[in-house]
Amino acid sequence: MTTRAPSEQLPDAVPGVARFARRWARALRRTSHVSMTAAEAEAYLLRHAGDLLDTVRATPFSPEPAKAIGTALVEVNFRSAAALRRTLAVLGSGFADDVASELAGELRPAALQARLAAVCGAVAEGFTLALQARTLAEQEQMQRAALTAVRTAEERRHMTEARFRAVFAEAAVGIGLVDPQGRVIDVNPTMARMLDLPITGMLGRTVAELVQPGGTPQTLAKFMELISGTRDHFRTETIRTLANGREVCLDLSMSMVRDQDGKPQFAIGVAVDITERRRLAERLWHEARHDALTGLPNRTLFFERLTELLVDGGPVGLCYLDLDGFKAVNDSLGHAVGDELLVAVARRLNETVAGAGRLVARLGGDEFVILTSQSGESAPPEPAEAVLSALARPFDIGGKQFTVSASIGVVDTRSGGTDPQQLMRAADITLYRAKAEGKGRWERHDPQRSARQVTLHILATDLPQALLRNEFYVQYQPLVSLGDGRMRGVEALVRWRHPELGLLLPDKFIPVAEETGMIAALGRWVLADSCKQARHWREAFPDQPIYVSVNIAVSQLHEPTLADDVFTVLKAEDLPPELLQLELTESAVLGDASGPLDALRVLADGGVQVAIDDFGTGYSNLAHLTRLPAHQLKLAGQFLHPLRAGASVDPAHYRIISAIISLAHELGLGVIAEGVEDPVQADRLRALDCDTGQGWLFGRPCPADEIARMLTAG
Amino acid sequence: MHRPAWAPGDVDMDTASPARMYDALLGGSHNFEVDRRAAAQAVAMVPDLPLVALSNRAFLRRAVRHLAAAGIRQFIDIGSGIPTVGSTHELAQAVAPDSRVVYVDIDPVAVSQSRAILGDDPHTTVIEGDLRAADRILADNRLRALIDLDQPVGVLLVAVLHLLTDADDPGGAVASLRDAIAPGSYLAISHLTSTLRPDDAAQLATHAAERSRVPIIFRSRPEITAFFTGLTVVEPGVVELPAWRPETPDDLHEEQGRSLGLAGVGRRD
Repeated sequence: MTTRAPSEQLPDAVPGVARFARRWARALRRTSHVSMTAAEAEAYLLRHAGDLLDTVRATPFSPEPAKAIGTALVEVNFRSAAALRRTLAVLGSGFADDVASELAGELRPAALQARLAAVCGAVAEGFTLALQARTLAEQEQMQRAALTAVRTAEERRHMTEARFRAVFAEAAVGIGLVDPQGRVIDVNPTMARMLDLPITGMLGRTVAELVQPGGTPQTLAKFMELISGTRDHFRTETIRTLANGREVCLDLSMSMVRDQDGKPQFAIGVAVDITERRRLAERLWHEARHDALTGLPNRTLFFERLTELLVDGGPVGLCYLDLDGFKAVNDSLGHAVGDELLVAVARRLNETVAGAGRLVARLGGDEFVILTSQSGESAPPEPAEAVLSALARPFDIGGKQFTVSASIGVVDTRSGGTDPQQLMRAADITLYRAKAEGKGRWERHDPQRSARQVTLHILATDLPQALLRNEFYVQYQPLVSLGDGRMRGVEALVRWRHPELGLLLPDKFIPVAEETGMIAALGRWVLADSCKQARHWREAFPDQPIYVSVNIAVSQLHEPTLADDVFTVLKAEDLPPELLQLELTESAVLGDASGPLDALRVLADGGVQVAIDDFGTGYSNLAHLTRLPAHQLKLAGQFLHPLRAGASVDPAHYRIISAIISLAHELGLGVIAEGVEDPVQADRLRALDCDTGQGWLFGRPCPADEIARMLTAG
Repeated sequence: MHRPAWAPGDVDMDTASPARMYDALLGGSHNFEVDRRAAAQAVAMVPDLPLVALSNRAFLRRAVRHLAAAGIRQFIDIGSGIPTVGSTHELAQAVAPDSRVVYVDIDPVAVSQSRAILGDDPHTTVIEGDLRAADRILADNRLRALIDLDQPVGVLLVAVLHLLTDADDPGGAVASLRDAIAPGSYLAISHLTSTLRPDDAAQLATHAAERSRVPIIFRSRPEITAFFTGLTVVEPGVVELPAWRPETPDDLHEEQGRSLGLAGVGRRD
């Protein structure tokens, strides 16, 4: 840059020259783009005005130095045609006047005009030459700059292309370019590897030719839409089978690249191999829906399938299966064996029912379900029967033979409805029934019978409220001495007056109360109510002391507070402990836990009487009796049926009853016979030396008032 | 398709470029036939157009001198075009010889030319850059070699923002520059406006749309004033080009009330 404006002022300017410089500066104003201010421009011109004057008055005269003035104008960018024209104009008409006083007497006007004309020519020449040189230089610089720019751009393009080449060649994703006719322009090695085709075998061929016959038709359809211009982009997952038979899954996205006018240039496709990712996703899906132990579908998958089938509206059947006594296997042989058994059961179930339209799932623990999606005429035979017989064959676990049985509840959409939860509940209730009716069997869902099952559910729900609403009451059945026929005690029997279901006997609700844990509260209430009653009788009939015998459920025995509860009640009612008898089944005190037995000992030591109930049914162990702190043995009514009138007595059975009674006596136990219904039976029991009888012959369960009347009657 | 930053654009010498048209309007020879023809056509429509160019150039001169007098020693001149007569570094270095100037232009030819003109002056550098990616400009190593963004800087956006359409988000570009510069920095803006001569503005805009590779957006006074959001506008505010701190009557190239450009300088506090 050479156009820096001189800013210094000439201090001793000649007045005429200064006048001209001002005139000249005014003339040049706005003719060109200069970087000087007006004052700077005037100062610059003042110096050249002085040179002009020197040139004009020089002797001998030569206009040559004036060329420099033209050059100087161009130099500071007074380069427009207007700048030259106005410079020449002020030289021609203003200069002579401005410097007239300085030149006074030196030159005649005509000579001055002649010299100025020559000076004008020289200024114009200098200006033209300088402008031409400047213009050429700028143009040349311009061309060079353009060339440099082009070269730089070329270099950068090469670099870019090299980079793109590298990206293309080294990319981990497959890249392919396709022309608007669908022919492959180029593919990178990754793409070739993914498609298992040589690059040279792909170039120039159409995509349609490269698509596998068994491939994904919708991918090609989308590609054709891209080529035909109806879509600009698509993304899809597509499967390709390689020469070695391996399947690869590709996430393919393709875009059409258009020029500025929207004309298709080429399509670019990018493919990512998602085989592994998909496999992982499938594995995660599988793991989330299958049981790790048996490999069977789990609850999640089962409910998904069930819901799908129900939505589809077709007939659906369920076999809900639970192994009988599996807990015992786990408890006695350990979980490892239990698990092996479950795996074996699962395998056998699968083998037995495998087939189209059937799904075997493990819902948890030892619960399995078989889902069938066909029923009616064309349905395969009910799998439940086949399953039971398949499971009946022994299992070989670790060299040992096991037999298991299972209970199955069978339900289908015709009887169980089309709601998955409802259907499962029906299956559950039916399974429960199969268990209740003896296990090792299958039951078909029966809406009416289920209703009864549903009743149990209602009972469980209503129990807590019932206690608060005083819906329970106690009846008493006499226990009569076979010797003198006098009443010695009564058995307290609890009843439930249900607002909707009517009178309910203990066999209906005690199991429910035990299951729900309400038995503790109910038991305490019965105990308290019975003891209160016993106190009334004792006060009313001081000469006829009768005891009250209260049933204790198994779970009550496990209540750690049982003994305390009993003593508290006795104290509250001021009742001698001998007037309270607790009845419990033998099995209640069997087992490993020492708690129940300890509690019983504490009670017995405190004077409370203990009776073993229901002896003679099921598993009865006489030897065991010696370990129990019992006072009385109650022989089950069922056990004594053969002694009834009209029955033929099996001598062996008779001898067993006789032996049990004598043995009980030898152990210091009294014997009570239950279910005594006729005098013959009573006579026979009396002959066997049985102490006490209970049954319709002596009186049915009745309200406390009735017992009082009987006592009054003596 | 979006062009990645590392893929160069074409060097286009077949259509008129704003930088070279501007040079032609100023009477320079750093232009091609196509630029001169386009400039001549524009002048045929608006005969005082060369005065707008002179007026804008004079604003640049006064603005740089003002900032230099305020102590600014480093400048970023974005959209500098071809720095011929009265360029930023000359003006700044006339006040303080160690002033540093970075010229930025999007036109590779202008950049190449600027490099040729500036030679190897260690206080100046020229980079190719796009105002629409202002953060990239500020991140450029060559710029950072000369400019310390922790110190006050004069950012010049002289006759460049009107080359950005609204879709290019010129306000966002200005804002990112404003946010990047240190307190005490200045931002000088001149901008073609439709405020005073809407008909001429419309004609020129149409002409640019047809003949130049870059459109020209003549903006209203409020739109131009909005570029100074977050800055303290120095006296006399956003005004017609010749009215911004004229030094002599010579600076009043255009008639009052008829300027095609508005200008202002804002200070970051």
